[in-house]
Amino acid sequence: FSDWDDIPPSSALEVISEEEAVQIIAEPLLPIQSSTLRDYVDHSETLAKLVHLGVDLSQVEKRQKAGQLLLTLDFEKDVKKILLFLKDVGVEDNQLGPFLTKNPYILGEDLEALETRVAYLKSKKFGKSEIAQMVSRAPYLLLFSVERLDNRLGFFKNELGLSVKKTKDLVIRLPRLLTGKIEPVKENLQVCQIELGFQRNEIQQIVCKTPKILTASKKRLKQTFDYLHNIMGIPHHMLTRFPQVFNSKLLRIRERHMFLAFLGRAQYDPAQPSYISLDQLVSLPDEVFCTEIAKASMQDFENFLKTL
Amino acid sequence: QRGLALGTPATGGSPGQAPRTGSITVSVAVRGPRFRKLKIGAGHRLDVKASGVFVLGIGHGNKLLTDLYNCHLTKVYTVGGLFGKATDDFSDTGNLVEKTTFDHITREKLERILAVIQGTNQKALLMYSNIDMKTQEAYELAVKGLIRPMGKSPPIITAIRCLQFALPEFQLEIHCLHETQQYLRKVVHEIGLELKSSAVCTQVRRTRDGVFTVDDALPRTQWNLRSIQEAIRNCQLKVETELEKTLA
Repeated sequence: FSDWDDIPPSSALEVISEEEAVQIIAEPLLPIQSSTLRDYVDHSETLAKLVHLGVDLSQVEKRQKAGQLLLTLDFEKDVKKILLFLKDVGVEDNQLGPFLTKNPYILGEDLEALETRVAYLKSKKFGKSEIAQMVSRAPYLLLFSVERLDNRLGFFKNELGLSVKKTKDLVIRLPRLLTGKIEPVKENLQVCQIELGFQRNEIQQIVCKTPKILTASKKRLKQTFDYLHNIMGIPHHMLTRFPQVFNSKLLRIRERHMFLAFLGRAQYDPAQPSYISLDQLVSLPDEVFCTEIAKASMQDFENFLKTL
Repeated sequence: QRGLALGTPATGGSPGQAPRTGSITVSVAVRGPRFRKLKIGAGHRLDVKASGVFVLGIGHGNKLLTDLYNCHLTKVYTVGGLFGKATDDFSDTGNLVEKTTFDHITREKLERILAVIQGTNQKALLMYSNIDMKTQEAYELAVKGLIRPMGKSPPIITAIRCLQFALPEFQLEIHCLHETQQYLRKVVHEIGLELKSSAVCTQVRRTRDGVFTVDDALPRTQWNLRSIQEAIRNCQLKVETELEKTLA
């Protein structure tokens, strides 16, 4: 044979020596289809590096098409620049893992689009740390187009009748308002106005102090209000002063109120002596509530609870 | 060796740990949490409007629950009632059916009705226990308090008395077997009728389920691993004792 091309290729059925056979490494093939990323994680640089960042793949693979997306991405070409972008926006290093677990889709976004959206927020005078906070707490925020973000901000400003500054403060405190559904928020506002009977300015005050009321369950809101207003006798203006009471568990409010009523200490009118504020009623831990407010022991409280 | 040296340390592992040789599929971040199921069973039912002692079993405790169920032990309830109205579901939150006067009701009259109820139930108890009261065997069992229906039976009240009486409110203590809380509410309704008035049930609270009492029960503030473990330990002896007694 004078030329390499003239050498015929070896036949697969050709007999080979023992030494040659031992040297062949035949790893099992990667499955073409799988329902879990577990099968691919040892062979994908992208997946392995994400795990090391703190991404929980067992959660990611539950999301629609997220696992598929991650497998098609190349770490050096696609993923790295998004990670650097997120760090630049201000997402903390130890938050990257949890962030990507909730929103793996951002790794497939166009970098320019993401930068345009951040630029929009800056143009609305949101500060760098504020943007970082919003992005970290509402991981889907930067998936929304500028137009959609703008509409959302406009909605809150108009529906609530708030100033530009107050609207910004609202979404900084609860950035979920920008990414969540809008219908439930509208319904909650209706409930506050029509069913609970709060005035518009009272609703403004409540929303600015406890934004969560806009995303709370309507049923819970109504039940809590019913107990506070109709059974405990708390008037609207007091509820406007202490709206955090709506975030509290109804069970806690009921048990503590009944205990105070049992002891003859259920006094919620600031004009009267031995006044107990709603804030003290719900936010103090059990031990402090018992000793300071109810002036009884934890044991007394537990014994009372067993009689309910 | 797959050298995955990155600047940021993983949140799960400790910094400074050398990357593992071989597969990383074993990490929790890939597989998810290790334990997903705990076998928990519930004892005698307690409906939504009722409160009180509710027994749960974990793991082997589920078998003990079944054994205890087959002991047919009594349960004790504190039942609150209110004279003056009747509702469609016998409770104070039901739809009003009628309103009546109640000033003619006295504690003595109420206690007389309770005595009648106890009497009729005593007869039912003996009937369903399949015991001939004239035998020595029956006497011995009665002394030990072991006369109980050991199979299915309709609800039976083994004791009923008045704890408090302040018109229109009253409170009863009821010892019973094979009951439902709704049955107890019906009893309140029927007491109202017997007293030529009407009554609704305002509270049904179980204070004892077999060997388990309110003192054994954990309030919500103690629903944590340590308290639960302690509670299981504290009740172990009396559960064993009761099972031995009945199986003997």
